[in-house]
Amino acid sequence: MPTALPTCPVPRGPDVPGEPRVEAAPFLRVDPTSGLLRLDLVVEGVHCAACIRRIERALGKLPGVREARVNLTTRRLAVAFEGDPARAGEIVAAVEGLGYRAVPFDPSRLEGGDAAAEKELLLCLAVAGFAAGNIMLLAVSVWSGHFVGMGEATRTFLHWFQALIALPTIAFAGRPFFRSALGALRHGRTNMDVPISLAVILAPTVSLVETIRAGEHAYFDSAVTLLFFLLIGRYLDRRARGAARAAATRLLALRAQAVSRIEPDGTIRPVRPESLEVGQRVLVATGERIGVDGEVVSGRSELDTSLVSGETLPQPVGPGDRVFAGTVNLGPPLEVRVVAVGEGTLLAEIVRLMEAAEQRRSRFVALADRVSRLYAPFVHSLAALTFAGWLFAGAGWHFAVMSAIAVLIITCPCALGLAVPAVQVIAAGRLMKGGTLVKSATALERFARVDTVVFDKTGTLTTGRMSLEAIEGGGRKDLEAAATLARTSRHPLARALAAAAGPGPSATGVEEVAGRGLRWQGPEGEWRLGRRGFAADVEDDGTAGAELWLARPGRPPVRFRFADPLRPDAAEVVAALRARGLELELLSGDRTATVAEVARRLGIDRWRAELAPAEKVARLEELARAGREVAMVGDGLNDAPALAAARVSLSPASAVDVAQTTADAVFQGVKLAPVLEVLEVARRAERLVRQNIALSIAYNLCAVPLAVLGYVTPLVAAIAMSTSSLLVVGNSLRLQLGGRREAPASTSVPARPVGAAA
Amino acid sequence: MSGLLYLIPIALFLGLLGLAAFVWALKSGQFDDLDGAAQRVLLDDEEEDEDRPKAG
Repeated sequence: MPTALPTCPVPRGPDVPGEPRVEAAPFLRVDPTSGLLRLDLVVEGVHCAACIRRIERALGKLPGVREARVNLTTRRLAVAFEGDPARAGEIVAAVEGLGYRAVPFDPSRLEGGDAAAEKELLLCLAVAGFAAGNIMLLAVSVWSGHFVGMGEATRTFLHWFQALIALPTIAFAGRPFFRSALGALRHGRTNMDVPISLAVILAPTVSLVETIRAGEHAYFDSAVTLLFFLLIGRYLDRRARGAARAAATRLLALRAQAVSRIEPDGTIRPVRPESLEVGQRVLVATGERIGVDGEVVSGRSELDTSLVSGETLPQPVGPGDRVFAGTVNLGPPLEVRVVAVGEGTLLAEIVRLMEAAEQRRSRFVALADRVSRLYAPFVHSLAALTFAGWLFAGAGWHFAVMSAIAVLIITCPCALGLAVPAVQVIAAGRLMKGGTLVKSATALERFARVDTVVFDKTGTLTTGRMSLEAIEGGGRKDLEAAATLARTSRHPLARALAAAAGPGPSATGVEEVAGRGLRWQGPEGEWRLGRRGFAADVEDDGTAGAELWLARPGRPPVRFRFADPLRPDAAEVVAALRARGLELELLSGDRTATVAEVARRLGIDRWRAELAPAEKVARLEELARAGREVAMVGDGLNDAPALAAARVSLSPASAVDVAQTTADAVFQGVKLAPVLEVLEVARRAERLVRQNIALSIAYNLCAVPLAVLGYVTPLVAAIAMSTSSLLVVGNSLRLQLGGRREAPASTSVPARPVGAAA
Repeated sequence: MSGLLYLIPIALFLGLLGLAAFVWALKSGQFDDLDGAAQRVLLDDEEEDEDRPKAG
């Protein structure tokens, strides 16, 4: 019997113009042991068992494929096959044939140390959990023994067993905390991990001494349970951020590309951009993103430079012109000579600007660390005072030491250690469901304090894609006529025109004149669609923006005007931000007239246009000096230094790689609303974190006198600690309850339903 | 009382066995794709129905 699988519509991968299929062959690796070829792909659109089976089966049927495994968590596909490396393309094609977008990537470039660190935490967590359970079993026996009169021999025996489990466990599972505490101490600072480490080390040490002396109380259970709780918090925190970072790198990998190198003998070979050398030549096909900084050798075309400079109008280029990586070739193929690699590229220059900006930025200290800077010395002096006090009062060494240790254990910031991660995990999870990936650990705290939001224009407030705005001297009929020509072209204006006209027929025999327009021999004569000088005999009156003219024999020319439309909810979001009392500013690299128009429509009073990347940074630093907490939202290569300079930054998933990696958070989709949501969730999270910290400090204030006076037995410590931790976690969960509005939009829109998946 | 002398080590040994199993599972990559594992239980083990005509 076949199992009934959930039916799953195959999503069409996002159809992004200028994102051609990537050559897979340069990304192949040879497995040294088996000799098989390995290919790793990022696959967009897999989300259920049916998808897994569909892909794995289709690939399994290909001859030579030995292994194909989909990882649903990371949305990756690992294939091992034998034979000709050129067959890699076949594999990609097979996956794409099923309706999923598949892009090869280099795993060594994508993996950070994240996965390893997460695994280490999970291992520590497992060991601590095992030990905590077993020790608690023995500890409960000892506690009940206090009431029913357990013999000293039995109690000591049980204590020895606890020590046997606890000591190796703490040595092993405590490492993440010890490492961080040591790191802080080495730099002359303290952080939360210092008091934690101290308590976790001192408690079992003293307990061991007690056990040797056949004493009554041992704190092995407290130390290990504490470690277990803290590791849970740490692991969840790491996982939430790891998931966000993995999703962000996946978005980037989807745009990985190979460039077509022209070999000396004239053949064309796909290679990775890193392997190019100065002087080599590459071919840039129509619609392809240029992968190198170079100079046009031959060909004449137009480039979309919006991601690099913020300029919305296509820029004409010809032989001798300089082109930059990240721009998209809109017209006929270009032959480009590489003039810079590595350090000499525009990208490297931007990265230098970014590093400089980052260095000048004041270091942000997380709230928990600020609290612990006050807290740790306070707790440690309190323990010392307790010790000295009892000794002074003549209570004897043993009692004084035990009381001081009890103070350290009871004040060990277990709840404080959970206060921040518990809230952050829930907040990050909520934002992730809405398509916003928070990558940095302190990003939410920084977002919560923002009082000024600085926007970039192109691609941030606007969609970054042209759409038809007005038809002058004509109407719907003329639009449809023009569309029959426009449908044959890949030029963005032609595409926008075709999109505005909707589906319809396309003319045959249309000729594209590079950089000028389209020409078609109709029954009544030649039709032309294109630039002003090409299609219409109209003088340039200086108003030329993004426009197309349609000329037909015997009829007046029709002008189609295009504009880069605002994101659908830009006006509302900007209004809502202002209503919350935030200062807004617009910094753009685009021309003054365009920027002024957008600023006017959104009601942003303060704007600047035609800014170079360094000028954006300068403005942000000026704001920072004025005491403002600035959030920068931007997507272009020219925004990247500004994103690094701002207190906190956000960028859309359509942004250039370097902007996305710099930004603290990345949002997906065409709407601007995530900006508002991030700020909102961050503020609520901040409130909860403060409440949590207040709660755990209040609890300490109640418990500390008991410890100082020597009333805290291991049983009391265990109960007090668990209660405070539960309280903090319970309070954090409130973030998930309130304020949940509409169901978050799914990021992959199913467009093509498929019958039963069996 | 003497029962504890061997009962506790046995309990610990069984616990360690569980821990060892978990560590093995972690090291062999079984925790790498938790979402996928949750979905894969729905798949048939055998691929014998490969050429079965698709049901509407």
